[in-house]
Amino acid sequence: MKKTTVTICTGTTCYIMGASHLQRLDEVLDPALLEQVEIVGSRCLGYCDANGHGKAPFVKVDDQLIADATLDKVLAQIRKTLAKGAL
Amino acid sequence: MFYDNNANRLRKEILMRVARAHFTKEPADMLDRIPMAMRPKRSEPSRCCIHKDRAVLKYRCMAALGFSVEDETDELKPISAYYAEAARRTKAVAPALTVIDEACSACVTSRYSATNACRGCIARSCESACPKDAIEFRDGQARLNPDKCVNCGLCMKACPYHAIIRIPIPCEEACPVGAITKDEATGRETIDHDKCTYCGKCLRECPFAAISDLSQMIDVLQALKGGKAVALVAPSAARQLPGSLPQLVTALKQLGFTHVVEVAEGADETARHESEEWAEKMGAGERFMTTSCCPAYIETVEKHLPGMKPFVSHTPTPMGFSAAKVRRADPESVTVFIGPCIAKRVEAAKNPEVDYVLTFEELGAMLVGARIDVLECTDSPADSFAHREGRGFAASGGVTRAIQATAPAKAALKPLLVDGIDRKMLSQMRVWANKSCSGNFVEVMSCTGGCIAGPGTVGNPNTARKQLDSSLEKSPSMVAAPLIEASCGTD
Ligand code: FES
Repeated sequence: MKKTTVTICTGTTCYIMGASHLQRLDEVLDPALLEQVEIVGSRCLGYCDANGHGKAPFVKVDDQLIADATLDKVLAQIRKTLAKGAL
Repeated sequence: MFYDNNANRLRKEILMRVARAHFTKEPADMLDRIPMAMRPKRSEPSRCCIHKDRAVLKYRCMAALGFSVEDETDELKPISAYYAEAARRTKAVAPALTVIDEACSACVTSRYSATNACRGCIARSCESACPKDAIEFRDGQARLNPDKCVNCGLCMKACPYHAIIRIPIPCEEACPVGAITKDEATGRETIDHDKCTYCGKCLRECPFAAISDLSQMIDVLQALKGGKAVALVAPSAARQLPGSLPQLVTALKQLGFTHVVEVAEGADETARHESEEWAEKMGAGERFMTTSCCPAYIETVEKHLPGMKPFVSHTPTPMGFSAAKVRRADPESVTVFIGPCIAKRVEAAKNPEVDYVLTFEELGAMLVGARIDVLECTDSPADSFAHREGRGFAASGGVTRAIQATAPAKAALKPLLVDGIDRKMLSQMRVWANKSCSGNFVEVMSCTGGCIAGPGTVGNPNTARKQLDSSLEKSPSMVAAPLIEASCGTD
């Protein structure tokens, strides 16, 4: 099965704004869900400098962009994406 | 503990916006627009209205420029005028933690409250427990009369339904020395600077981000233009910014620092001298000695633990050693310490060899403003040579390990660790100073976890600790000696 990719931007802006705390996602994720996702870090995704995307830190769950990301928001999106995939 | 929340992000966003503006051609216009950009028309206000939000944001910008709310003489003076004034400053502002009174939500004064969980029972143990007759019954439920309540908490203990709760005031709760209290007239918090130790705990715990320290960011950005600035990077730099230390060195040089020194080198020096000092003192029959590297602890001793003074080591701090070395090499250099700590600003104000102190948050904002992406930077070596012992100072227990490794009479070392200064620890230390102490070497860290968990950090302390431990393994040692763990603080 193809895994869902969670991309945590660790460019300087996102890192300062909280990405360093989001990197602990693997510690808070349910082991059953953890199996179905792949968590990767990324260089600046380019959203921090462009208008209209919202605030850093940015996280992508597959193609879904999350602005002002928190662990809660990311977890919710992961559940949503996985639920859709299971249909 | 609050490491990453919206209050904390807000502080960083302000710093970033100010730094971004600094690097544009027309900083004035961008600076003056910050409150509007952050609270545009028709946006959801977080307070009563967007105008109040904007007023508070202006005060936050002032703090980011090194001004406290009390510096405001004219409400119409724009942010850009403060910026211009900051750019002309030739010396760091005197350090101070201030309360942005407009932002302080004036948390409740009465600390206890009866909730809906009250069943209005027959026993009414709360009523009988209350010595002040402050419990009243309305609609079959208990209510506390704030005019009579003396905050003793006996009713809470007495209620079998846990229906009475205690509502803490987060900043007062966090302050170990009672320096922050409510001004009875306004209901807002004020800081007593004669008591404040600059530990930064209130700043981090306030859910309204109403407490701020005065940033030296603009001063450093100006100093960088002179081409004489040297960066002194604290041992706790691991994981505070993306990328590795060699990448950070490159980033700092791109920012305009001529040299980048690891303060861990100075910490090596501190360890070497401190262990000699300890051996001498023990030889002379002294009871014990404490470390001296934590500036919030030094302030605590000065203001609250006079009895401890004779026991504090006289060895200069890592920052002191590193700055002195930089100045010896070039007396003209502008020394900028970069670390996790705001109390270091107080230490720097007393040490003429340190010009400025930045937190990792401020450095991060400056890099963003200058559009330097640390992950894109190549590796450069630091202009210093640090060992495992000095690098270990970043986390609690590290100084003890360094002393154990370097002390001449290792066997006799009986270490104790104060891992975070709170009220309980304060009384414990008082006992050590005035009566007896079971150890003969005491490492004191104001922040629980040590510098990697300081108030000016960006990284997560757990990840920082892991990164630090793995880098220590790879670092060369000053000596080859086995490591022994320090026992915990309380007797
Ligand atoms: S740093 Fe994350 S989008 Fe630029």
